[in-house]
Amino acid sequence: MDLFEHQGKELFARYGLPVPSGEVALSPEEAVAAASRLGLPVVVKAQVHTGGRGKAGGVKLAADLDAVRGHASDILGLDISGHIVRRLWIEQASDIAEEYYASFTLDRSARKHLGMLSAEGGVEIETVAAENPDAISKVLVDPAEGLTEEAARAWVEGANLNPAATDQAVEILRKLYVAYTEGDADLVEINPLILTPEGRVHVLDAKVTLDANAVFRHEDYAQYDETQPRDEREEAAHAKGLQYVGLAGSVGVIANGAGLAMSTVDVVNQVGGKPANFLDIGGGANAQVMANALEVINNDPDVRAIFINIFGGITRGEEVANGIIGALEAVDIEAPIVLRLDGTNAAEGREILAPHLNEKLVMEPTMLDAARRAVAMAAA
Amino acid sequence: MSIFVNKDTKVVYQGLTGSQGRYYGMLNRDYGTNVVAGTNPRKAGTDVEGVPVFANCTEAVAATGANASCIFIPAPGVFAAVMDAAEAGIEFVACITEGVPAHDEARFFNMLKRDHPGVRLLGPNCPGIITPGECNIGITAGHIAKPGGPVGIVSRSGTLTYQALYELQQKDIGVTTCVGIGGDPVPGTSFIDCLEAFEADPDTKAVMMIGEIGGSAEEEAAAFIKDNMSKPVSSYIAGVTAPPGKKMGHAGAIVSGGKGTAAAKMDALRDAGVRVGLNPTEAGELMAEIVAEL
Repeated sequence: MDLFEHQGKELFARYGLPVPSGEVALSPEEAVAAASRLGLPVVVKAQVHTGGRGKAGGVKLAADLDAVRGHASDILGLDISGHIVRRLWIEQASDIAEEYYASFTLDRSARKHLGMLSAEGGVEIETVAAENPDAISKVLVDPAEGLTEEAARAWVEGANLNPAATDQAVEILRKLYVAYTEGDADLVEINPLILTPEGRVHVLDAKVTLDANAVFRHEDYAQYDETQPRDEREEAAHAKGLQYVGLAGSVGVIANGAGLAMSTVDVVNQVGGKPANFLDIGGGANAQVMANALEVINNDPDVRAIFINIFGGITRGEEVANGIIGALEAVDIEAPIVLRLDGTNAAEGREILAPHLNEKLVMEPTMLDAARRAVAMAAA
Repeated sequence: MSIFVNKDTKVVYQGLTGSQGRYYGMLNRDYGTNVVAGTNPRKAGTDVEGVPVFANCTEAVAATGANASCIFIPAPGVFAAVMDAAEAGIEFVACITEGVPAHDEARFFNMLKRDHPGVRLLGPNCPGIITPGECNIGITAGHIAKPGGPVGIVSRSGTLTYQALYELQQKDIGVTTCVGIGGDPVPGTSFIDCLEAFEADPDTKAVMMIGEIGGSAEEEAAAFIKDNMSKPVSSYIAGVTAPPGKKMGHAGAIVSGGKGTAAAKMDALRDAGVRVGLNPTEAGELMAEIVAEL
């Protein structure tokens, strides 16, 4: 789950990181009211789940309330890399002496957390990494040990920040590590972390991605989930708890397990078709889940055939069969269905389905056979 | 021969009293696995179809001599379950549960490494492990695996693990051991751990490796194969046609910044002498060629 900048800053603030004061605004009027409460000058910032806001005109400094109103009107509705701006963050302006970069994420190869810090902030870290890798100071943190004061200091000293920033940076980065771990984030990134002319270090931008698997221990995650960008099909699938990614083709894909679902998308492409989606009904999917999946696919007007590819492990064949029958009874599924069913209780599942087979519901013995059939039906 | 588990492996099911734990615990027992115990602190002293239930793994090990565990505990309890197994002295822990927070995985992986270096963790979010004809721990349908070798299988995806077994069975090719390592960000057991074990196992003559997009585990495995493996390998990477930047379900399966693409992984594997198929069926056919040449 990606957070808006202001949500990230609110999360950071809860862990004691210094962030500028600000308020959310959904209209120019709200922006003006927020700016009058905060005190001028303010920065009007687009809240979108993508980078490059500044270059796209989504971040503007305002010295007076007319400017706040003007910038807010300009930025609301702006299209930034396909993301339409619907909310603003009005924030007290900060004077900047220096800009740094700081982040924590998982290093999957090391199976430890990786902290990165650079005196060259404010630009994309990928650019710094490519052009001047020595400018990034790194620390690998053992998740069983945590980030000690000593390790944090050595890491910060390796980044050659302004000496006036060192002590504050050590404190801030240790707090950032706690926000990262206790907040169950996949990524926390501050770019830039700034040093002001008065010698104060604080967070100027925040990028946070949370681990959706940790939702059970964070009540506040629900509010972030509501603001995730999804297309209509993805929203409907998400509401039903399905792992769905919209694609642009005509063959609806339903499979159990992310690997098999990806493989199904591969095979549909390889036999000359175009998948309409990736849909993983997951492990342990029951009849209701299968019915939900078919309903989501059925609502996609571009779907001309549906390929259900099930290899039962924890998912049981008879549940799949009952789900398909249940869905066919409950919903008028327009596109023909091609089913491939193997694995746990596949024989029972096939037996249940046998009396229901017709030109709108066919079974094929292998994944490739089923893909060819579905692609042919979609083209017919 | 086999790797990690065999006919002498005695397994305690953590979460045997839950619906999934009971269902698969009993299926595994029917397969021939030594299902010796279950755990549930609130149901200690009861039994599940004759399998005794204990409060924790330490008690289960003391009473039954269990040396492996299989975790079917819901995600919020997995951290404690892994530590419970390790503290009981269990050597092999297969965690089937999906949806475990990545920070929990990173923490228990490194705690095991530090405090219980003799423990091998498999998963979380994996189908488990099967040494056909001897021991099936987890959710793999046993009837799709032909016993006896000569092929070892290692896979990052659950359902593709079954697909791989099935492809080989269709060609009448046996399997020594099939390991599903799972697609989560911090797998307890890596491709390399399994490749190393297969290389050392005299009955495994060739290895089939199923990967997927995202991360760099396949590239690291390719480097290992190039430098350390004498046995032939066939492979398939799921997500060949996945659009970049789209997260395809698994926490791991995302392509970003040109890294972790199927093309990059397939190139690395081909460069290491691996025969790479474009779908699971092709990878099975390539393995049939390898087996014919043995």
